[in-house]
Amino acid sequence: MQRRDWIYLWLILLLVGLSLWLNLAQPAIAFWRPVPAPPENATPDQIAEAQARARAIRSTALRLGLDLQGGMQVILEARGDASVVNPQNMETARNIISDRVNPMVGYEAVVQRQGERRLVVELPGVFDPQEALAAMQRTGFLEFVDTNGEILPEGMRITTTHGLSAEQVAAITGTRIYRTVLTGADLDSREIRADSDPTTQEPIVALGFNAEGTRIFAEWTSAHVNQPLAIVLDKKVISCPIVQEPITNGKASIRGEGIDRREAQRIATLLRYGALPVELEVVENRTVGPTLGQDSVNRSVIAGIIGLCTVLVFMTLYYRLPGVVASVALCIYTLLIFALYRLIPVTLTLPGIAGLLLSIGMAVDANILIFERMKEELRAGKSLRTGIEAGFDRAWTSIWDSNLSTLLTCAILYAFGSSLGASIVKGFAITLFFGVIVSMFSAITVTRTFLRLLYHTVGSWMERGSRLLLGVAVETR
Amino acid sequence: MLRLIRRRYLYFALSALIIVPGLVAMGISTARYGTPVRLSIDFTSGSYVEVEFERPVQAGEVRRVFLEQGLEVASVQLSAGDRIAIVRSQVMDAARKDRVIAALGKELGPVRERRFDSVGPSISRVVTRNALYAVLAAAVVILGFITFAFRKVPHPFRYGLCAIIAMVHDILVTVGLFSLAGLLLGWEADTLFLSALLTVIGFSVQDTIVVYDRIRENTPRMRGLPFEQVVDHSLTQTLHRSLATQLNAMFIMVAILLFGGATIKQFILVMFVGLASGTYSSLFNAVPLLVVWENRDIPRFFARLRGRA
Repeated sequence: MQRRDWIYLWLILLLVGLSLWLNLAQPAIAFWRPVPAPPENATPDQIAEAQARARAIRSTALRLGLDLQGGMQVILEARGDASVVNPQNMETARNIISDRVNPMVGYEAVVQRQGERRLVVELPGVFDPQEALAAMQRTGFLEFVDTNGEILPEGMRITTTHGLSAEQVAAITGTRIYRTVLTGADLDSREIRADSDPTTQEPIVALGFNAEGTRIFAEWTSAHVNQPLAIVLDKKVISCPIVQEPITNGKASIRGEGIDRREAQRIATLLRYGALPVELEVVENRTVGPTLGQDSVNRSVIAGIIGLCTVLVFMTLYYRLPGVVASVALCIYTLLIFALYRLIPVTLTLPGIAGLLLSIGMAVDANILIFERMKEELRAGKSLRTGIEAGFDRAWTSIWDSNLSTLLTCAILYAFGSSLGASIVKGFAITLFFGVIVSMFSAITVTRTFLRLLYHTVGSWMERGSRLLLGVAVETR
Repeated sequence: MLRLIRRRYLYFALSALIIVPGLVAMGISTARYGTPVRLSIDFTSGSYVEVEFERPVQAGEVRRVFLEQGLEVASVQLSAGDRIAIVRSQVMDAARKDRVIAALGKELGPVRERRFDSVGPSISRVVTRNALYAVLAAAVVILGFITFAFRKVPHPFRYGLCAIIAMVHDILVTVGLFSLAGLLLGWEADTLFLSALLTVIGFSVQDTIVVYDRIRENTPRMRGLPFEQVVDHSLTQTLHRSLATQLNAMFIMVAILLFGGATIKQFILVMFVGLASGTYSSLFNAVPLLVVWENRDIPRFFARLRGRA
C-alpha cells in the first residue's frame, strides 16, 4: 500500500461516515444560495436583507417529485407586450411566485421559466387548486382600516369596503364591514423597510406615505386621537394600535406581538415587491393523484432492491472476491448518491429513479470491464499484483470514453429538459449525471483501494486460493 | 477467437426483421392517428379526467354527460370493475372540469376526481419540437465526440457514423415496437417514453464505445492482421463484458417488471427492449458496419453485379 492508497482509504471512510450521518440523522444545514448583490447605494437594511436571503437553513430530507408524491403543476403565462414581458420582469415574477408557494410545499418549490412568457410551478403534496392559485395571486395588499373604536385582535380576518361598491356594501348582511382609510397604494415604496424602534429595539416595519397619503393620514389621525386604527394585510389584522396624536409627517410603523425581525422583513418585502410586475394567467393546471405515485413508489423501491440484490449475488458468484469488493463499492455508491441528493438537493421523480438505476448499471459495468480485464491479464500469466493494476489501467480508457459520452448526453438532456414542459426529463438527466460521476469514484477508486488493501494484507492467501477466490489460476511467487 | 463478423449480413437481416414490422406499424399509425406513435396529451393537446364512481358505469353514459356539457370526447376508458373512468376530452379549465364532475355526480351517483390534466396546444408543439431537437443535438455531439476520441485510429469519422447508425437502429426498434403496442394495446407516448428513449440512446452509444475501445487498442498491436480479424478478436474479448453488463441491467429491469408499480412498467419495458437492442446493435451492427466499410463490401457487390450482367 502506498501513501496515496492510505489517503484514499481515509477519504472513503470519511465520505462513508459523512453520508451515513446525512442519511440517518437528516440534519438541517445552513446553505448559502446565490442572491443578486444589493445595489451600490444600498442601505444597511437592504444589505442585511440580502444576506438573510442568501443564508438559508434547510432540511436535508429527501424530496419527492410530483409524480411520486402527487400534487399540482400550474403553468402561468404573462399578459402584455414586450415592454412589460421582459426577462427582468419575468425573473422578478419568478422570485415572487417562488416566495409565495414555498411555505405551501415546505421547501423551495420548482418554479421554472419556460420560453419568454411562461412560468412552470410544481407543487408536490398540494392538492387544492384554490389554495395554490390563491397563494400565487396574493398581492400583499395593505389597508389601514377604521374600526369605529373597536380593538381588533391580531390575526382576525375582516371584510373591508375596499374594492366594493356602495350597493355591494349595503347588500352584505350578517358580517361587519370596516371602512378602508388608506391602502398600500398610498405608500411611497422607497420608504418601506424593516427596522427596529430606536428606543425599545422592538422590530418594526417603517412606512412612509406619498403626498396624497400623507394628507389623508394627517386628516384622519387628527379626527381620531385615542381611537384604534387597524393595520390589515390581505384582509388579516396584523396590529391595531391606538392613535396617540395626529401624525402629519406621513410616517407610520407596523409593530405587534407577532412581529419579530424575520416577520418584519417578510412584511416589508411583501409590501415593497408584493405586486407582480406582470399580470399572470393560469394556462394549464394539472392534478396528479397521490395513489398513482405512492403505490408505484413503494412497489418499485422494493423491486429495485430485489434487482440490486440479484446483481450483488451475480457479481459475487461470477467474479468471486473482486465481486464482493464490487458489491461493497456498490453499497457505498448508494450511500453517497443519496447523501448527494439530500445535499444538492435533487428532487426524485420516477424517471429520476430510472436514471439512478441506469447509473447503478453503469457502475457495475465499470467493475465488469475492470474484472474481465484483470482475468485476462492473470490468464496471460501476469502476477496477481500486476494483473490487478493492469486490469484498472487497461479498462480506464473505455470507462472514461463511454462515461464521458453519457455525461455529454446528460448535459444535452438537461438543456432541453428545461424547455420540455416538465422537470421530468431534467430530473432524469440530473440523477444520471451525478450517478455517472459517483459511479466512477466507487467503481474505480473505491474498488481499487480495497483490492490493493486486500492484496497487501491477504495477498498470499489470495494467490494460493486464486481458483476459488478469483476464478483464475494465478502463478504464485 | 470467434469468427462473428463473417455472418454480418445475417445480423443485418435479423435487425431488419425487427425494424420492418415496426416501420409498417409506424406507417399505419401515421395514417390512423397522424403520428408514428400514439401520443399522450403531454404531446398533443387535450384534457385527461380520471374519476371514480361508487357503482359501475357505462362508457356511453359518461360520454353523454360530457357532451351535454358541450365537451367533445375523444375516448372513455373504464377500469376497476367499470368504476373508474378515464376520459380524454378537449382542453378545459378547472372551473369547467368542476362543472362536468358535478354533472357526473348528479346523473351517475357519487363520484370522486382522481386526476385531472389539461394541456394547451401551444405547449405540446413546443415539447414535440424540443424532443426532436434534443435527439438531433445528441446525435451531432456524440458523432463529434467519437470522431475526436478515436482520432488516433484510421478513419475516426467512420466510427462516429457507425455508432450513430447503431443508435438510429435502437431508436427505430424501440419506437417501432412502441408504435405496434400503440396499435394493439393503445399505448401512448408521454414524457416517460421520451426519457426511456433517451436512456436507450445513451446506453447504445456507451456500449458501442466499449467495443470500439478494444478495436482502438488492438489496431496497433495486430498490425499485420486484416481488419476483419482485428475486429473479431476485439468482439470476442469484450463479449463476456457485454453479456455480463446486459445481464445485470436485465436483473434490475425484470425485477421492476415483475414486482414494480404499474405506472413505471411501460417505461421499464421500453428500456428493456431498447437496452437489449443497444447491446445487439453495438456488437452486430456498429462493429460489422466498420468492416463493411473497410472491406468496401458495397462497391464490390455492385461490381460483381455488373460483372455478371
